[in-house]
Amino acid sequence: MNNADLIELVSQTPDGDPSQLISLLQKVQEASGFLSREAIEAIAGHLRLSPSAVYGVASFYNQFRFTAPGRLHLQVCRGTACHVKGSLDVLETLQRELKILPGQTSRDGAYSLETVACVGACSLAPVVVAGGEFHAGMDSEKTKNLLTSMEQVTECNA
Amino acid sequence: MPQIIVNGKSVHTDPHETLLEVLRREGIRIPTLCHWEGLPAVGACRLCVVELDGQVNLVPACATPAAEGMRVLTHSPRVVDARKTIIELILANHPDDCLYCPRKGSCELLRLANELGITERTYRGAKIHHPKDVSSPSLVRDPEKCILCGRCVRVCSQIQHVGAIDFTSRGATALVAPAFGDGLNISSCIHCGQCVMACPTGALTDARHIRRVTSALEDPSLTVVIQHAPSVSVTLGEYFGFAPGTDVDGLMVAALRRLGFKVVFDTSFTADLTVMEEAAELVDRIRNHGPLPMFTSCSPAWVKFVENFHPRWRENVSTCKSPQQMMGALIKNVWAGNNGVHPDRVFSVSVMPCTAKKAEARRPEMLTEGRFDVDAVLTTRELAELITMKGIDFSTLTPSLPDHPFGTRSSAGKLFGATGGVLEAALRTAFHMLTGQNPAAEPIHALRESEGIRELTLKIGDLELRVAAVSGLAAADRLLGEIEAGRMNPHLVEVMSCPGGCIAGGGQPYGHDATAVASRMQALYKVDRGSVLRFSHENQEILRLYREVLGEPLGETSHRLLHTGNGGHHVR
Ligand code: SF4
Ligand code: SF4
Ligand code: SF4
Ligand code: FES
Repeated sequence: MNNADLIELVSQTPDGDPSQLISLLQKVQEASGFLSREAIEAIAGHLRLSPSAVYGVASFYNQFRFTAPGRLHLQVCRGTACHVKGSLDVLETLQRELKILPGQTSRDGAYSLETVACVGACSLAPVVVAGGEFHAGMDSEKTKNLLTSMEQVTECNA
Repeated sequence: MPQIIVNGKSVHTDPHETLLEVLRREGIRIPTLCHWEGLPAVGACRLCVVELDGQVNLVPACATPAAEGMRVLTHSPRVVDARKTIIELILANHPDDCLYCPRKGSCELLRLANELGITERTYRGAKIHHPKDVSSPSLVRDPEKCILCGRCVRVCSQIQHVGAIDFTSRGATALVAPAFGDGLNISSCIHCGQCVMACPTGALTDARHIRRVTSALEDPSLTVVIQHAPSVSVTLGEYFGFAPGTDVDGLMVAALRRLGFKVVFDTSFTADLTVMEEAAELVDRIRNHGPLPMFTSCSPAWVKFVENFHPRWRENVSTCKSPQQMMGALIKNVWAGNNGVHPDRVFSVSVMPCTAKKAEARRPEMLTEGRFDVDAVLTTRELAELITMKGIDFSTLTPSLPDHPFGTRSSAGKLFGATGGVLEAALRTAFHMLTGQNPAAEPIHALRESEGIRELTLKIGDLELRVAAVSGLAAADRLLGEIEAGRMNPHLVEVMSCPGGCIAGGGQPYGHDATAVASRMQALYKVDRGSVLRFSHENQEILRLYREVLGEPLGETSHRLLHTGNGGHHVR
């Protein structure tokens, strides 16, 4: 989202009303996939809050991210069922392979990683959602294979 | 009058008092962590809990209004246990680092652990691992020592209207930090240090310059010169057993000599010089189309506040360097030459009540002839530490006088240490500049309150001079609002970033002790009452400096040494 679009979107909310904060954060994230510095600052200016207060609120919730999602967005379910079936292993494999932590995007912009509380597919545990597609019964080995099979998606010109 | 029963004894309460206020008035010590005098209660830490008859749960005294007939137990076993548990839980993820912590002598957490008799580890939690933020020229943030009391966050946003830091994330990863977890250096922080004053632990402390100073003192090729700010002499004694408000000027100078400083100057001298320059600048602005109002520039956190949040008022800030920087410029560019020392061999130190002075000294427009005017800045706290470290028995020293020529000051210069003092000093001299006569040097009581916006209209000759003073930046924001709305129209406005002025600056003893601050203020007024030299323009050394070096206020040499250049203060 460019700056003009951002300003346009932000200005649709009444200014100076801090109670609009969460909904405005959601709108901006929905439109641009994440909350950029520019976005946080624009929202803060519009609602007359400090950027640190806006960032403070946004970072309290798991739903907001502060880096642009990668070309392949990976979500690891950390719900109870998945946990019991070893989703921590899966998560750690991804962290190791991609060298990023949940909430981060790899430097080349190829991958982003996120943990989610429960994707509602407990019978398929442990689940990884890659680019919106569900992958069931994951373990460390399958996770590595998944990454290899997805290489095309993550290549720059793909 | 409503009564409550405290530990079996009947006690009167005033309307709208909280339990905490009543109990403290009664001399009962109730521990607190999140509570901060002057800010609304948040009831977050629960350390102040007491037992109330008829209530199942313990209640926080800080957030509970005292009501007729309440029966309160302040130190029942249940209460003490609850408090102890809170501290034990805080300690569970706290680094075991007291021995190496800058706050070990003054830490509230350590004191509470001690008072509650905690001698064993009850809970073991994962320690927080987070790098220190040393990006700021003024402060160090050490999130590992943060106990999330929120005092800094509230002081920064509510008292200073800055909001540089806030709670981020949550649960075990919760952190007090600037937006995006950035370093303080790229946040909106203005370096005032009021968060440092509020922090109970070692999570926010000075960017320390002690090492720099001791190495300079040990270097035989350097001449180390020191200056001390007006408010330091009325505060430093508190570290050495003197009652708040004792002026230890002579002892302090003696201690500085004992520490090895070759030359000791008094920043109040350059406060006098600031008065001369600023009064001339004001008269010039009034006669030659402004811009008005003129804002004082001696509080660097205020200057930064204008740059960060009110850039439209930048041109209105006086171009005068602060007294610290003026002294620094004089030491290297005048004193050194007169005393056969090469300016590169001078190491210039200041003792300040202020953390923002550390940042100010590093600003690009604070170089003269390519040299920093000031090389290191110690806070009052750091000076006390240094004196103690060097084994100096402070109270038994023989008082000493500062050196010539920049050790002679009028008491007007000394007044810079309290809010309203710059105005009071400047008005005395502006009056003289405009009428050729001295005003009666009566205290201007209208300026001597420490709270709120103070306004005064003064008839000087045929000019109606309107001035205003304010301290604390939330109050400064209000004042700017009044001016912007056209409700106030002053010629000259004094702004001190710290509530009360430098006597309560961010580099002074930790915490919030309103009584001590009031005593420091009275001490400055006493110096002024007892002084034979009460006008900056009668300071013979100032006059001599103009005769021999500077020419006249706002002259060419003044501009080169004492002002920040035509573009006003540098803006990044
Ligand atoms: S902040 Fe206090 S308790 Fe923590 S390490 Fe420092 S002195 Fe010890
Ligand atoms: S130094 Fe002042 S502006 Fe900076 S974080 Fe602390 S209170 Fe806020
Ligand atoms: S930095 Fe200090 S004042 Fe701020 S929340 Fe942490 S412990 Fe409290
Ligand atoms: S001091 Fe009362 S709850 Fe923190």
